[in-house]
Amino acid sequence: MKLLNCPMNGVRPLSEFLFGGEFREMPNPDTSSDLEWASYVHYRNNAPCIKKEWWYHSPSGTWFIAERNTLSDEVLATYLYGKAHVAAKTTKPRAKKEQSA
Amino acid sequence: MAYQLLKFALGGEYKEPRFFRDCQTPKKSYDAVIIGGGGHGLAAAYYLAKDHGMTNVAVLEKGYIGGGNTGRNTTIVRSNYLTPDGVNFYDASVKLFEGLSTELDINLFYTNRGHFTLAHTESAMRTMRWRAEVNKHVGVNSRVVGTDEIAKACPQMDLSCSGKAPIQGALYHQPGSIARHDAVAWGYARGADSMGVEIFQNTEVQSIDVKDGQVQGVHTSRGYISTGKVLSAVAGFTPRITEMVGLKTPIVIHPLQACVTEPMKPWLDTILVSGSLHVYLSQSSRGELVMGSSLDPYEAHSTRSTFDFVEGLTSHIVDMFPFLSNVKVVRQWGGMADITPDFAPIMGKTPIKGFYLDAGWGTWGFKATPISGKTMAYTMANDKAHDLIHSFRMSRFEEYELTGEKGAASVGH
Repeated sequence: MKLLNCPMNGVRPLSEFLFGGEFREMPNPDTSSDLEWASYVHYRNNAPCIKKEWWYHSPSGTWFIAERNTLSDEVLATYLYGKAHVAAKTTKPRAKKEQSA
Repeated sequence: MAYQLLKFALGGEYKEPRFFRDCQTPKKSYDAVIIGGGGHGLAAAYYLAKDHGMTNVAVLEKGYIGGGNTGRNTTIVRSNYLTPDGVNFYDASVKLFEGLSTELDINLFYTNRGHFTLAHTESAMRTMRWRAEVNKHVGVNSRVVGTDEIAKACPQMDLSCSGKAPIQGALYHQPGSIARHDAVAWGYARGADSMGVEIFQNTEVQSIDVKDGQVQGVHTSRGYISTGKVLSAVAGFTPRITEMVGLKTPIVIHPLQACVTEPMKPWLDTILVSGSLHVYLSQSSRGELVMGSSLDPYEAHSTRSTFDFVEGLTSHIVDMFPFLSNVKVVRQWGGMADITPDFAPIMGKTPIKGFYLDAGWGTWGFKATPISGKTMAYTMANDKAHDLIHSFRMSRFEEYELTGEKGAASVGH
């Protein structure tokens, strides 16, 4: 079973969490151009890398930030938005093989 | 007999010819370079040579041909989509598929099975009626059927789904078929090769050379190749290629998993899909049940498969077919699906001159293999998007003209 470290509830099974997508700064809708806004709405930073993401612990209703390597699926840190980093305790996936094809 | 066999083994001359030449050293320059030796890339190469006379073409494949999503899908071919643009596009693909075994002179095991999209709720029935009307309007054979017709076509199914999600009806799509997916890649590869296209396996593209907004060439693990036209047809690797040329796309990569059971005697003739239970299954010509589910719930660039997936999928399969509870799953695997926000592909020209994109194939790529090859070949040869793919253009996101296609595999409504 995969695990994720919720900053409020500690290490919990991944099935208790929902993925909220990449954390992105919203441009000011009043001053940004149509193109900038469309880019914010649709385009994603989508190559494999270490990413800041929104995750949700659904039993407790906690939204938080996880820093995750999207290639190896390893979580490096989880913390509440605006709070300091907490090192992830155990989130190593069982198999980390990358596709070679 | 033994002597004949020994003589054959030691003779060094094998009667069975190679499907395509074993190319090792690329030329210095090509008229076009195709990144990705899956069905889409090879089909584009084939139609570039056949329809447009462009034979000085190289196909570069990082692994082996057909080893990516072409060999990882559940092989369903259908055209019962939701938007008229989608239905027309996939219908053209089904028509090409129907004659493809003859055209490529290879047995694709293309078998017409009929395709039921099961509806378990009143709102799902409404979507089925909507899809049936759109399909009929553009001349595609789909209609809404009741439970009696489903029971007749598939008497083994528990129509109440163990009492959890009683089936109310279905969208029946007569042209729904299955095919041998790797044969599609091999057939196109042989066809393209026989017309002069060179296919390089184990050849990775490391970077793409762009100058003044125009593609100049590609750096590969086999050296630099100069070319004015590059097609990216790499499905789950698309973000890594678009990053090389600095293009932004809305694609997000999610793993998509599938599995097969041990072989059984033929009992399931039709293809069954349930959006509510997130399953699709068919029985292959080998007797295995080929089963797929919805996307993995979060972004990941890997093809690992999980126990969670098999557990969730098989519990739904057993709800539909309680007698399968003792049947064993023998293989499971994953592919990287390049998902777009409107469940339609991104095809055609890009802001970089000479860089063409065939991407965003998510969970709906295999069935589009012939038509995507044909339309991308047209687009590359004429530097003008084919009419069929106009609504799949890359700029639709900036123009807020998304397609609203929700007929893709296992997409909930």
